[in-house]
Amino acid sequence: MRGESDEGPAAVVPPWRRFSSAAVMIVVLLGLLGFTLAVQLRMTTTDSSLAAARQEDLVRILYDLEAREIRLRQDIAALEESQRQLRSGEQGRQAALEEASRRADELGILAGTLPARGPGLTVRFQAGAKPIAAVRVLDAVQELRGAGAEAMQISGGDRATVRVVASTYFLDGEGGSLIVDGRSLTGPFTIAVLGDPATMRTALNIPGGVVASVAGDGGNVIVEEREVVEVSALHEPRPLEHARPVS
Amino acid sequence: MIAVLALLAGVLLGLWLDPTVPAVLQPYLPIAVVAALDAVFGGVRAKLDRIFDDKQFVVSFISNVLVAALIVYLGDQLGVGGQLSTGVVVVLGVRIFGNVAAIRRHLFRA
Repeated sequence: MRGESDEGPAAVVPPWRRFSSAAVMIVVLLGLLGFTLAVQLRMTTTDSSLAAARQEDLVRILYDLEAREIRLRQDIAALEESQRQLRSGEQGRQAALEEASRRADELGILAGTLPARGPGLTVRFQAGAKPIAAVRVLDAVQELRGAGAEAMQISGGDRATVRVVASTYFLDGEGGSLIVDGRSLTGPFTIAVLGDPATMRTALNIPGGVVASVAGDGGNVIVEEREVVEVSALHEPRPLEHARPVS
Repeated sequence: MIAVLALLAGVLLGLWLDPTVPAVLQPYLPIAVVAALDAVFGGVRAKLDRIFDDKQFVVSFISNVLVAALIVYLGDQLGVGGQLSTGVVVVLGVRIFGNVAAIRRHLFRA
């Protein structure tokens, strides 16, 4: 009670003088304790993880993280490798698919199952005194094939059209008609053919060839070169019973 | 009563100011807080035993905090800081339990 020494005993003591220095110290210490307690609680709740961790814990955590990083990097490399493999496999399959569909288109045109267009000729047979014989038409077809014809169709006067394929046959019908693959066509007959026009025209016009033979029978063959010839008639493919592909 | 008010004021001040603890002090602060808590419980017990002495409380409070911090510092220098601070916390915890038990006997006679 040092503070009271210069006051009279009856004097009113100010409140801050009533305490000894030890009591003041206690108040200060407890205030400090509360302060640090609150700070510590706040700090532990805000960043509980790393800021308050010790050095050896931090080293261990760092080591774990490095090992984990190495593992994950290996995973990434493996996954990128498999991605690369899958991508190249995909590209190969794409190319094979394109090649296969291109071949299917070519074979479809050859087999007469797909319509085709391109430069070519129209060959028109006009009968004279004698009707056009099937053998003349067959000659013309063979000649055109020999000259590199790629697709052909033959149509009669009534617009009936038959695609000419490898198995097509020609027979003489009644009254000057022509039987092609079982269908009867009436004259005049027109063959639409895709191929190199100049070569095929030359092939038809050789001495003793188709044009000459038909002219000898009194008929007439009109050959026209066209920029675009449509071969739109389709051949119905026959399902194979005996032949099997060898692969 | 004044002491409880001072404690509350300190807590409120800490929450309000929200200071950041310097990194050097970070390992020592929790141990110091626990040591101070031990001193406070000891003081409450002494008060109830009617043998409370201001000067003794202040000295025990400060020396508790300093010794606890010193032990942790020593442990950190020796490379056993984690284990040693665990040991300090255990010892102080046991003392706090003992003091609280004495206070309980005083208050509830049980």
